[in-house]
Amino acid sequence: MTIGLNQYLIVAAILLTLGIAGIILNRKNIIVILMSVELILLAVNLNLVAFSSYLGDLTGQVFGLLILTVAAAESAIGLAILVVYYRNRGTIAVEDINMMKG
Amino acid sequence: MTAADGFFYIFSAICVASAFMVIAARNPVHSVLFLILAFVNAAGLFMLLGAEFLAMILIVVYVGAVAVLFLFVVMMLDVDFAVLKQGFLQYLPVGALVGAVVLIELVLVVGGWTLAPAGSRVLGSATPAGISNTAALGRILYTQYIYFFQAAGFILLTAMIGSIVLTLRHKVGVKRQNISEQNLRDRHKAVTLRKVPSRAGL
Repeated sequence: MTIGLNQYLIVAAILLTLGIAGIILNRKNIIVILMSVELILLAVNLNLVAFSSYLGDLTGQVFGLLILTVAAAESAIGLAILVVYYRNRGTIAVEDINMMKG
Repeated sequence: MTAADGFFYIFSAICVASAFMVIAARNPVHSVLFLILAFVNAAGLFMLLGAEFLAMILIVVYVGAVAVLFLFVVMMLDVDFAVLKQGFLQYLPVGALVGAVVLIELVLVVGGWTLAPAGSRVLGSATPAGISNTAALGRILYTQYIYFFQAAGFILLTAMIGSIVLTLRHKVGVKRQNISEQNLRDRHKAVTLRKVPSRAGL
């Protein structure tokens, strides 16, 4: 079987599913939740690049670059919030994050 | 089966397996290391798709910066991860259910979607012949998508300022150098003459 668009889409779908399952499974550990978000964004990127190759159009890779930017910014801000939260409360358990009663 | 097909299977198998280990590992340090492995193999997949620049960016930005940032935070915070791992089995049915539902939906969508006959062709590179992938990407990124590029720069600037503002803290009681004050010192301020009475002391 030759490797076409479908095979890449299947790999990306499995990665996306693992990311979503990881968010639910590790509901107490916010670090693993952030890593699962990274996995989801990686799956999206794989889809974009696969379609870019399939269509012979570089636009998909440009959008992949923008997604990489957003993912890097998101993880930097998230980890900064995490560090500040740990400094204030001494824990990073997700169910304790209820100060604002939202 | 060509060599590229073999590499596709190797990269995708390791990528999926390490993505599974990211969410299943007991120790978050192991999770981060498996995340690095997943990113490296995804970079291999990008390379197979002809996106060399994105593959290199993935290695440099993710493995070099973001994953190390994760590792730094995991090791810096003194957290009892055994407590955080409790409830994993409790959430397992829900997580497996949601994952299965998402996967089935994706399979239905992708399966019910027929590609043009050319869809099963071997994927080529999107790069035009004659120039490298980086050059081709730069040609459209700096012309057609310049506003997106600027917006990405502003997002990174916001992230940088935000994380600095969040984590900066001013400690009280730290002595800092004040150069202008030092330069304004003269002998009237620094030295005082006192008349000390004899046998009395100050």
